[in-house]
Parts: sequence; C-alpha cells; structure tokens
Amino acid sequence: MLSRTADHLYWMARYIERAENLARILDVNNRMLLLPQSEREVVRLWRETLDSIGLLDGYNQTHDKIVPEEVVHFMALDRQNPGSIYSCLRLARENAHAVRGTLTSELWETINTTWLKLREYDIEHLGADDLDAFFEWVKLRSHQFRGVTFATMMRDEANCFLRLGTFIERADNTARILDVKYNFIAEAPRRDDAGEYYQWSALLHSVSAFESYRKVYRDQITPSRVAELLVLRTDMPRSLAHCTAEMTSYLDAVNNQRSTETQRRAGELASSLRYGRIEDVLETGLHNYLTRFIVRINDLGNRIASDFLLPVTG
Amino acid sequence: MAPIQDHMPVKPAGARFFDEMSNAAGEVRPHYQGYVSWFDGIPAERMARKRKEADALFHRSGITFAVYGDEEGAERLIPFDVIPRIIPAQEWLALADGLRQRVRALNAFLYDIYHKQEIIKAGHIPAEQIISNAQYRPEMQGVDVPRDIYAAIAGVDIVRAGAGEFYVLEDNLRVPSGVSYMIENRKMMMRLFPELFAKNRVAPVEHYPDLLLDTLRAVAPKSVLDPTVVVLTPGSFNSAYFEHAFLAQQMGVELVEGQDLFVRDEQVFMRTTQGPQRVDVIYRRIDDDFLDPLAFRPDSMLGVPGLLSAYRAGGVTLANAIGTGVADDKSIYPYVPEMVRFYLGEKPILNNVPTYMLRKPDDLAYTLEHLAELVVKEVHGAGGYGMLVGPASTKAQIEDFRGRILASPEKYIAQPTLALSTCPTFVDAGIAPRHIDLRPFVLSGNEVRFVPGGLTRVALKEGSLVVNSSQGGGTKDTWVLEE
Repeated sequence: MLSRTADHLYWMARYIERAENLARILDVNNRMLLLPQSEREVVRLWRETLDSIGLLDGYNQTHDKIVPEEVVHFMALDRQNPGSIYSCLRLARENAHAVRGTLTSELWETINTTWLKLREYDIEHLGADDLDAFFEWVKLRSHQFRGVTFATMMRDEANCFLRLGTFIERADNTARILDVKYNFIAEAPRRDDAGEYYQWSALLHSVSAFESYRKVYRDQITPSRVAELLVLRTDMPRSLAHCTAEMTSYLDAVNNQRSTETQRRAGELASSLRYGRIEDVLETGLHNYLTRFIVRINDLGNRIASDFLLPVTG
Repeated sequence: MAPIQDHMPVKPAGARFFDEMSNAAGEVRPHYQGYVSWFDGIPAERMARKRKEADALFHRSGITFAVYGDEEGAERLIPFDVIPRIIPAQEWLALADGLRQRVRALNAFLYDIYHKQEIIKAGHIPAEQIISNAQYRPEMQGVDVPRDIYAAIAGVDIVRAGAGEFYVLEDNLRVPSGVSYMIENRKMMMRLFPELFAKNRVAPVEHYPDLLLDTLRAVAPKSVLDPTVVVLTPGSFNSAYFEHAFLAQQMGVELVEGQDLFVRDEQVFMRTTQGPQRVDVIYRRIDDDFLDPLAFRPDSMLGVPGLLSAYRAGGVTLANAIGTGVADDKSIYPYVPEMVRFYLGEKPILNNVPTYMLRKPDDLAYTLEHLAELVVKEVHGAGGYGMLVGPASTKAQIEDFRGRILASPEKYIAQPTLALSTCPTFVDAGIAPRHIDLRPFVLSGNEVRFVPGGLTRVALKEGSLVVNSSQGGGTKDTWVLEE
C-alpha cells in the first residue's frame, strides 16, 4: 500500500476519533457544571480542559478571559481553531477525499455526509440545548464511522492503518480526559457524598463506562477503581490497556523491515498496562503516570510516521 | 419551482435543428418510442421526486467537479438530466467503424511524426506545422513506445447536424476526461428507473474499467510479464479528481501522486508501507508540461523527477505517451482525413468540420468578413474557453474578437456554426430541446475497443452550443440500443 494512502487513512481515523473525544470532553464538563459551584471552580475546569488538550494558548490568543460559552464554541465550532470538532471533521473528510478510492463507497459516503451535515448546522447560533444534541450527533457519526468500517472494509492493510489511527488517538485522549477530570475532582473543595458521586459518574459517562463500572465492581464509585477501569482493564474498550493492546496487534500485522523497534516499544507499553497494578500506578501519582504515558504514545506516533507513513514535518 | 410538463414537447414542424427524439413533423422516432410511451405513463410528481433523488445521491457520493477560480462552489455537481440520449444500433455501428479508423490513423500519424515523418516528405502537411507546434515534443523523436501506441485513450468529440450526418469536433488525445460520468450516469439511471432497463435492450457500459486495465496492461514494456499499473493524479484539488479515484478503484490499482513515485536506474518505483515497489504502466492524468520537473516545467510539484529519462529508456510506459498533443491540436485537425488516406489507404468514414486556418491569408480574409456566422477557436484552447460563437455574440464581442484575431491570426481557426442536434432536456420551465454532443472513449491496446456510446453532454442554456461542464453544461445517460 502507498505510504501516502496509509497516512491519509491513519489521520482520517485519528481526526474522527478526536472529534468524538472532544464531544465527550465537552459533554462531561457540561454535566459536571450542572452542580452548583463557584465561579472560580468553573473557570478552573475550563482552563484545565483547554490546557489538557493543548488548546489553551490558542484560546488565549483570541479571547480575553475564560467564558464557558466561548470556550465551548471555541472547542466545538470555531472554524479558525484547527483543534475544534468542526476542524477535525473537515480534516477527516479531506483525508478521506484523498483516498476515497481505498474506502468502500459506504464508508466514504458516511464521512462525506457527516461533513455535508456539519456544514448545514447553523453553528454560530447553536443554543445550550442544541449543543447537547450536537455532541450526541458527533458521537453517533463516529460510531457510525466505526460500524461501517467494521461491516464493509476488507481486513487488509488499509484497515490496519485506519484502526491504528483510531486506537492511538483514543489512548491519548482517554489519558487526557482522565488526567484533567481526576485532578479536578481530587482538588475540588470537599463536598458531600452525593456531589462526589455525581462528579465521578459524569466522568464515567463521558467515556461510556458508567454501566461497565457497575457491572465490574458492583459497588460504590471510588477514585482508584475509576482509574483502574480506565487505565488497566483490557476488556474496557476505551481504556489505555485496551487501546495499547489493539495498537500492538495492528502494528504487528503491518510490520516491515524498519518497524522492529516501534513494535517492541508498543509491546512493552501494552504489557506494562496489561500486567500493571493500580496500587503501583497511584503510588507514582496518576498525573505523573498519565503524563509519561502521553509522552510514550506521542513517541509511538512519530515512529509509526517514520516507519510507514509520510515523515512528520516541522 | 415551475410546473413540470407531463408530456414530451412536440417539436414544431420546420424547426431549425435535428432533434434526436422526434422528426420534423413532430413524430417520435422509432428508437425513442419505447422510452416516450414509458415516460408518458410516469406522473409528473414522481419524475420530479426522482430528479431530486438523483441530485441528492450525486451529492452524497461526492461525484462532483471543481471549477477553477470559483471559491464558493469549490465542488459542484455536473447537472444530470434524466432523459437519455438514445442511439439506434445501426447508427452506432457506423460511428464505431469511423472511430476505429480515425484513432488508428492518429496513432500512425504520431508514430510517423516521431520517426521518419513520411507524411511531411510526401507533402501532405507542411513541416513547420509540426516542428513549430508547441505540442510537438522533440524529446520523443526516435523513441519507440510499446506497440507503437501513443494515444491509448482517446476521447473523440462528435456532433450531429442531420440524419446520419456526424462530424468530429475534436480528437482529445492528451488526458480526455468524463468517462466516470458516463458510468455513474448509467448507474444512476438504473437506480432511479430500473424498469426502463428491463424493457429496453440498452448496451452496457459499466465494464469500461476492465477494458481500460486490459489496454494499459497491453502497452506495458515488453519485458514485463505481470505489469503493475497505476493512475497518476495531480491530487485531490484537481477538477477531475473524482474520475482519477474512480478509475483507480474500479481497476483495482493504486492512485498515486507525483510525490509517491521516484526514479532509480531508469525504473519507476512507488513508496509503499513495505518499501519501494516497481511501476510498469502509468495512466497519467497530468499534462506533459508537469510530468517531470527536470525535463519540462521546473516549478512543477506534480511530477516525478527523472520520469522522462526512464520513459525514453523504456523502463516505464506512459499512457498516453508524451507529445500526443501534436495530433489533436486544432491546427492539425484539418489534416486528419488526409492521415486516414495516407496511412490506411481508406476513405474517411467520419466527417471533419470544414476549417479555416487563419494563418492562411485567404482563410483569414473570409473569416473576418463572416465573423457573425462562424465559430472561432483558439488553436490551443480547451474547455470552451477563448472561443467566439458568432451567431450568439453581440457586436461588441465580435469586434473584440476581431482585434484579437488580427493581432495573431495564427492562433485561431474558424468553422461554420454547426446546427448541432438537440435532445429534450429538463429545464426550469419544463422540458425543452437543448443542443448535445457525444464523447466516445476509444481504447487502443492489442486492438481498438470501446464501450457502446460515450458521454453525452448537453448545453443547458437555451440556444447555447457550448456543452463544457465548466460553461454550464450538463450530462445525460447515453443508450446504444442493441438489435
């Protein structure tokens, strides 16, 4: 397969996954803010959210201060912000367009229709109620993308690079979501149990893990179990352990003469998650742990690019 | 929206143009009777709904084209008209013979021009017409190409002026496009009106990509047993990108850009996830000028450095060959019937439109006197740009063009305004006759082959003779009825 084709497929999948996770982040923030809390806390949540996904500088360049509505608009719909949901879906579509011949017509039409629909949204005038529906829609389109991929794409190299993109992006995004929310809850002024329960369940909902948590632990929600579920459970589809295991198997499937070291590093990371213990993770501090994880995922991304795709420039 | 007419319009007797559907007395021609009786049974609302459905489907599947210099409509649909253009079997057979003959002669001409130039020596074409032609590529002199095929893919534009009276307007031998619309139009018609195809014996066209792949493999370098074919595109911002991707996918070959290829030891390779892979045949959809920055335009980012030298050494086949433009140039066009006689010893089957070459003083004088009746074209123009349609132009436009012609007459040719045939077409006000042409796609490999019919383009503006999609033209499905 052409390196450029693999590159487009990989980035197409990454951008769609990123759009979905942005919708998830915005959704959970909205839920967390349904609880009464101080102005200062609200601003802190949004600042940390922007910071965690690397958009704080971009936001500050065009805005004087943190205003929740403006942050949401910036992250979701701002056409000038290259990291917004809008831009991610545009980039996903551009990448798909460049390799439309490699996609099944169903998959291409799914992505193209998402883009055409997005352009129909009157995005400058979405109210708070519409936003919820908008985030749901973004998630649904991403689900549809994966469903159509699963149901129509050959299980060949193209599929491998596409899935590789999905899981590397998801690993990165889950780590960031967990990091910022975990911090926020842990550092928030102590509130009653109901309030805390609400915060944790919002986080679990944001990664579609609420029901899974109930099923796995059949017990009250505690921070260390939330961390365990999202970091170490290999059967949890958005956990770091699951994402890295998937990455490793797709990397093994597409291996070439240059990729041995990349496969080794991916395997090492996946094993450490598969056989890791939450006590050890929490002992180093979850924030430190996740920061290191994101660095390693980024290293794998660069190595995949130089082994298989177009070299990362700049 | 204006109401849609329930019935096919009846043509007023004595109309100026030959209509494909009905004769001068307004009677439906035999080959359209099956269609018209079906159409008359379709309620207007259903037809309107189907037309909307077609637009939505084309949009969703991104069957669009880009218009240069038009930022708003970066991607537009080519208007699709649901009334097919129907050609009876007998008429197609005659056309097919003519096409086969013409393309064989053109390939023979290209071989000759890049080798011994017998046709010049025999005095049929003045040498300066070739040598000073910007499309003539001296780099190709003496280079042998597999099977002596230069134009493996030709798109010959044909118009009809009367019963059995077909004219070739242009031989497109460089990178003719539009074949994807021919196929998509058929798919759309079958999806919208499946019952039509059960009732009428319409010759299939969807196997074109198979024929194309066969043709491309047939012109691979001789030593290669199992040739690897690729489609070379300028990229996803090109106006015909949809077609490039479509053909690559349908043939099951890679769609590459210049950056995906490199040349080593006079062989061409593509960069893949498993390392370099040899490429034997490049179906290139990039003009000569952009193919190789070392040989042609140095600022080209689209091409492959060293491609020309690999090509000349026989390491790779380009389809079409470099330098085919010298045979489809408007200044060479008048000589094509002569080529048929000279190389094949046959009588030309297809007519040429009488052409005045304005570099000749007599032709120039005549043209300047008759500008209001003639069509004047730039010798190197394409896409319906830079032409004057005398009868449809204002005085001011004609005078403006007169100035341009006088400034450099050798850049222009003139032809009588043909009474292009019409075909009923949906327009805002209902159904009305609109002028059409036909572009069959002729493939030359082991033998000359094509699918029956081609792409029918229709000028949607009333009275307009310009069918190009960049000028507001649309397309129709083209049916060749089987006996």
